[in-house]
Amino acid sequence: MPLRAKVATSVSKTAAALSRAAGRGDGSVIGGWIGLKIDPDLLAHLANGRAVALVSGTNGKTTTTRLAAAALEVMGQVATNSFGANMPTGHTSALARAGSTPFAVLEVDEHYLARVIDATNPRVVALLNLSRDQLDRAKEVAMMAQLWRDALAGHPDVRVVANADDPMVVWAAQGTTHVTWFSAGQRWHDDSFVCPQSGHPIERAGGDWWCAGCPLRRPAPQWRVEDEGVLDPRGDWHLVKLQLPGQVNLGNAATALAVAAEFGVRPIEALPRLATVASVAGRYAQVDRDGRNVRLLLAKNPASWLEAFDMAEQAPTLLSVNARDPDGLDTSWLYDVDFAPLRDRPVLITGDRAYDLAVRLEVNAVPFRHVMSFDEAIQAVPAGRLEVIANYTAFQDIRAELDRVL
Amino acid sequence: MSESTLRIVWIYPDLLSTYGDRGNMLILARRAAMRGIPVEAYEIRSDQPMPSSADIYLIGGGEDGPQALAAQRLITDGGLHRAVNQGAAVLAICAGYQLFGHSFFAKGAKCSGLGLLDLHSDRGETRAVGELRGDIDPRLGLPPLTGFENHGGRTHLGPGVSALARVTAGIGNDNQTEGAWHGKILGTYSHGPALARNPAIADLLLRWAIGADSLSPVDDTWADRLRGERLAAAST
Ligand SMILES: [Zn+2]
Repeated sequence: MPLRAKVATSVSKTAAALSRAAGRGDGSVIGGWIGLKIDPDLLAHLANGRAVALVSGTNGKTTTTRLAAAALEVMGQVATNSFGANMPTGHTSALARAGSTPFAVLEVDEHYLARVIDATNPRVVALLNLSRDQLDRAKEVAMMAQLWRDALAGHPDVRVVANADDPMVVWAAQGTTHVTWFSAGQRWHDDSFVCPQSGHPIERAGGDWWCAGCPLRRPAPQWRVEDEGVLDPRGDWHLVKLQLPGQVNLGNAATALAVAAEFGVRPIEALPRLATVASVAGRYAQVDRDGRNVRLLLAKNPASWLEAFDMAEQAPTLLSVNARDPDGLDTSWLYDVDFAPLRDRPVLITGDRAYDLAVRLEVNAVPFRHVMSFDEAIQAVPAGRLEVIANYTAFQDIRAELDRVL
Repeated sequence: MSESTLRIVWIYPDLLSTYGDRGNMLILARRAAMRGIPVEAYEIRSDQPMPSSADIYLIGGGEDGPQALAAQRLITDGGLHRAVNQGAAVLAICAGYQLFGHSFFAKGAKCSGLGLLDLHSDRGETRAVGELRGDIDPRLGLPPLTGFENHGGRTHLGPGVSALARVTAGIGNDNQTEGAWHGKILGTYSHGPALARNPAIADLLLRWAIGADSLSPVDDTWADRLRGERLAAAST
């Protein structure tokens, strides 16, 4: 590593430590930011010599990154940005903090994928899905697919692990040389009605899809979720036992296995590692309080709300919605989510924008009760499981409240 | 379709459905059902012919490309024009509102609109994003408008339409007025599920559609709380 990069690495570590000591989060963003100020090529230097996997997409990237990192540990030490700091500053900080490791698995914000591919020269890039996310700020979905397509076109040697069920992802990955397709099912279709190649409607039947006006269609996947397990490219089926709930995480596990396989890790070696992951940056964490077993599920956008309903048990459920800057200021997306799956359980609502949620649930014919605080919610439900589904800052609020108590 | 059934059409959800626009259809259907009015709701995609016999038409927001495409297809199809001439009620939102005028700008080019509202739209210097509030034209007899706007357009009203509201917070058409109405057509920059915050506008569309002066009241406790909160938030 050049001297300048070494200095930057050490400053970056110090700044992160200072930031942590000052109680300002885990320091990954500020540390990386200072490091990049000193050496803009720092990320490239830090990545040099490591076999890198990047994981990107609208949903599931934090969990898939965590699972893929766990799987790769079969081979040796793995650097990873496990706190979800998924922009170049976070990557820089994660690699600096880890010291030299043979492997790195990095979650990448979908807007930054091109830059991070350029900087880290990854062996594998995993593309999960693309859907609407914080619409008053983000670029439209088709434009993001185009950015990915362009980014990959410049790196023909990268091995791509991509979701066969998402037309936007398939189109983005289609031009590359080495693609491994996985199928994890897709619940959300509202952002891929129209073919990104030709503008014709996308037709669907069963799990299959195809464009009505051009050759774009679902490729045959090499990795597939089947029943409670995953079918590998050789046709061997593996039972997947996870602590993380839901069909969605089974899909994330399939993706992680496919990524790990690109590094030579066999499913049979990886699976016991996946089973050790209990929570991801506080998500899925279970906390016992006053006889209630509280489980936290994060839902950031319409697609991930549908996934959360799938993960949640049929138990009392607290929904919390805010609309602060990180959430997006607009609550219109509430009408892109069908809350009907919650009709069979007691629903409580809270958060800054509980009234928006109340009107939405009325229209959806989902009975609910409004509570003023997380604590009131706890007291309002019987002993046993309480599922909590919250969007970004509402989730952080509830985590902070639980941390204070424990 | 029987004559006593209220027919609602959502125009081109495949092109114009960016911000929870489905909400307006769900809200109208629910408020009709609560009054015992049978409802049939249709989502008409851009590759299907536009029926001209429905009672209420909804059109939502979208990006420039789909907006221009939707305008072209609606002009070619002609079904919506026939429906309006036969007295159908319309709620047009954002991009859908702009394309009801004579012209609008999409991807830097001037595009022909449907010409069903006497107005035209161009680009503003800044994007209008945030809470929107206005006092609705007193002739409509409705409480204040509350909404969230997110658009780059500015709309100029001709003599053939009235402003839907006078702006008291936000931008709307041009900082002064917001939206437009003429006959049974309402247009607004209050985007997405605008009727969630404005149930009185939903009821106005229902009254126009069934030709009733009033509707039986429904419990709007939560909508009223939401309105109170958002109207207050718009003043800060
Ligand atoms: Zn096509």
